[in-house]
Amino acid sequence: MSAPLLSVRDLSVAFRQGDETHVVVDRVSFTLERGQALALVGESGSGKSVTAQSIVKLLPYPAASHPSGEVLFKGRDVLKMTDASLREMRGAGVTMVFQEPMTSLNPLHTIERQVGEIIALHGGRAASSRDRVIALLTEVGLADPASRLGAYPHQLSGGQRQRVMIAMALANRPDLFIADEPTTALDVTIQAQILALLKDLQAKLGMALLFITHDLGIVRKIAGDVAVMQKGRIVEAGKTAEVFDNPQHPYTKMLLAAEPKGEAPARDATAKPILEAKDVRVWFPIRHGFMRRTIGHVKAVDGVSLTVREGQTVGVVGESGSGKTTLGLAILRLIRSQGTIAYCGRGLSGLTVKQMRPLRRDMQIVFQDPYGSLSPRLSVAEIVEEGLIAQKTRLNAAERREAVAKALADTGVDPASMDRYPHEFSGGQRQRIAIARAMALDPKFVVLDEPTSALDMSVQAQIVDLLRDLQKRRALAYLFISHDLKVVRALASEIVVMRHGAVVESGPAHELFAAPKSEYTRALFAAAFAMEAEASDVVSQ
Amino acid sequence: MTLAPPQHTHGWLRLSPMNRRRLDNFRRNRRGLWSFWIFLALFVVSLGAEFVANDRPLIACYKGELLFPVLVDYPEEKFGGFEARTDYRDPTIAGEIEAHGWMIWPPIRFANSTTKLDPPTPFPSPPTWLLSEKQCRAAIVAHARGDAKAIPPGGGSCRDLEPEWLGTDADGHDVVARLIYGFRISVLFGFILAGVSSAIGIAAGAVQGYFGGWLDLTMQRLIEVWSSLPHLYILIILSAILTPGFLVLLTILLLFSWVNLVYLVRAEFLRARNFEYVNAARALGLSNAKIIVKHVLPNAMVATLTFLPFIVNSSISTLTSLDFLGLGMPPGSPSLGELLLEGKSNLSAPWLGLSAFAVIALMLSLLIFVGEAVRDAFDPRKTFT
Repeated sequence: MSAPLLSVRDLSVAFRQGDETHVVVDRVSFTLERGQALALVGESGSGKSVTAQSIVKLLPYPAASHPSGEVLFKGRDVLKMTDASLREMRGAGVTMVFQEPMTSLNPLHTIERQVGEIIALHGGRAASSRDRVIALLTEVGLADPASRLGAYPHQLSGGQRQRVMIAMALANRPDLFIADEPTTALDVTIQAQILALLKDLQAKLGMALLFITHDLGIVRKIAGDVAVMQKGRIVEAGKTAEVFDNPQHPYTKMLLAAEPKGEAPARDATAKPILEAKDVRVWFPIRHGFMRRTIGHVKAVDGVSLTVREGQTVGVVGESGSGKTTLGLAILRLIRSQGTIAYCGRGLSGLTVKQMRPLRRDMQIVFQDPYGSLSPRLSVAEIVEEGLIAQKTRLNAAERREAVAKALADTGVDPASMDRYPHEFSGGQRQRIAIARAMALDPKFVVLDEPTSALDMSVQAQIVDLLRDLQKRRALAYLFISHDLKVVRALASEIVVMRHGAVVESGPAHELFAAPKSEYTRALFAAAFAMEAEASDVVSQ
Repeated sequence: MTLAPPQHTHGWLRLSPMNRRRLDNFRRNRRGLWSFWIFLALFVVSLGAEFVANDRPLIACYKGELLFPVLVDYPEEKFGGFEARTDYRDPTIAGEIEAHGWMIWPPIRFANSTTKLDPPTPFPSPPTWLLSEKQCRAAIVAHARGDAKAIPPGGGSCRDLEPEWLGTDADGHDVVARLIYGFRISVLFGFILAGVSSAIGIAAGAVQGYFGGWLDLTMQRLIEVWSSLPHLYILIILSAILTPGFLVLLTILLLFSWVNLVYLVRAEFLRARNFEYVNAARALGLSNAKIIVKHVLPNAMVATLTFLPFIVNSSISTLTSLDFLGLGMPPGSPSLGELLLEGKSNLSAPWLGLSAFAVIALMLSLLIFVGEAVRDAFDPRKTFT
């Protein structure tokens, strides 16, 4: 038997920061054959991306170093290669696709130029003919590739950009294809399409695929083998089916059990309505010409009505750009809108900013990104007590600290750490702090704007449990905005499906999940729960 | 039961980890750190210029009475004279006090406006270490005013002459004293101008960036018109109408210098007002003023602090160049620019131009080094390895 295509032996990676050295990958070994698909799974910070980048030696040397190990690609040690042979290998023998398709493409060059460049680099100028580019783009399923040649990256959608990236990676028929979370930044429907495409191409071209992800559902779909990483080590490896059916390591078990579970509270149409929105519209004018005449509107939210009741959750689902976040902001009156919004029967539309301020106490929001939503300059205590000060609750400093401690304890953060700063906490803990900030004011209505999307799978489940627990104890009304239907199913008793700013379908959650009426909802569900791409063109590319 | 941990008070200064890292980065830049300490030492010394270079003694004892001439104006009749202010350098008065007590002088016995009596050569007179023995002896004889006892045996030498480290200028003022006073006034002027213009610039930029829209557009256009006015000509015209002094100059320069920071702060505010934590603060019901001060301003302060040393520098250079052109401080002020001008008109007295140049160069270089260190300390990507 000949040597495997890629063989990683005892690979370690260390980063030097100041005088300290951190080992982020610790003696990792795996092999990969032609035609085989291996998934590296782990939470963020487990070292899976760093491992992948050392295979093509893309790390920031000399800050990074390899205390041990070798990476044998076709029998040659990549770590000892010269720069020239490295360049030859990258882009031809081994290619890579990254998570963020927007920043991976140069915004100043057309699609044709970017795809043509990589062909020209490794195959000579003659090979970079237009036909070859079109053939590649057709291969990755880009609709109408001939007319897309002159397009710039910003004119394409996220899924289309990722297809272009894949076309570039496939241009020179690599032996090894590394995909570093290629679908994490994409919507579920697009994710399903890209996964189907990758699987298809791998089978057709017979290349080896190294797939890096934190999503176990994807692993099951695409990879025959799996290696689970935790804190820089591979804790378990084997055939995907075997590992999933019979996990040995406690960490793998925990990952597998981490899917958001639990039942949403039963729908109760008699509960007191906390927030009613009727025919909410957010239209942004499109102005044109010298006099800035309004020639039309971007209808970000177009006539959405919903009622959120005490102790109940309304889930708003849809792809990115469907206007669900805008709807949330409009309901809290953080952006201007038309239509009527009533809180506990009191109309909010005519209120001035000043009149609105005392009501903010009862209506809170939790944002998606726990890294962006906490000011890095304030300690946790200062962040959480900010609302208490702004709302002029007559508490002195000691009482405020006590209230902060209580809110933190309620959300599962150790109150003893309240004088530390956000960067000292993990993503999940930061999201708990953001929830504590909202809960400190004892609100009645909370808008949750994708509160789990930026978090690891296992942490998502914890946050979902926390939110449900808080809702039960405090009879909170949630407006839960998410594209992740698994999370929505665990929380919402009523669902609103949005697309292009309008409601496609709405109704009680159990009915909707059991029997979606519209084509679009059905495609969305198929993509989310089974990662099946719908053949029909109800969803956009 | 209390859940909250006891609050630690970290002394008077509680630094966030980010600021602590910046401070460490600053400390690690040796050149910047040394420049900072040297500059601080020079500045503190020059702040007490009256105690370092003065034509009055620090403490005097006259007929058993303890006097503080540096702080209190004593009339001359106290010592047997007749003028309203005592000239302690007058040989008669000095002799009278020495005869009935003692005097402690500052290291340099000239203030910036003290005219040297009995110079060895016509003004500008060179430093004592450049004088010939003949000139020294003549000066000693002139200083004695016919009192034979005041002339040391053998006619004396240059060592017996009162030392003039850097000579005098064309008006007979001691150059060292002028430099000390000039340093102080330049640095103070620079700091005040930079401070006030930054405060105005930050406020204007903050309002524009945070609120945006029509307010922003209008103010932007106004600032563009304002900053395209020819500064120098307006300065010349204004200083012809108003009598230039410290405050008048400060005000005139302020009219134009506040614009510098506006664009920078505005851009930072435009970026930061859409941060999620700013939105979160809005959702908590914070007022705009509070959001600006607590959440958005700290972002803009990084850019501002980075620029501040350079603004101080340009303020100092502006004052110096105005003085050099004769449009600045009134005649007789201890300004470095005026000393440069004197150096230019007295090319035969190189100690004037050279010493003024050396002090200005030193001052600006130190500030630039400090500024570079501050800029690097605030750079998040900079790692000192």
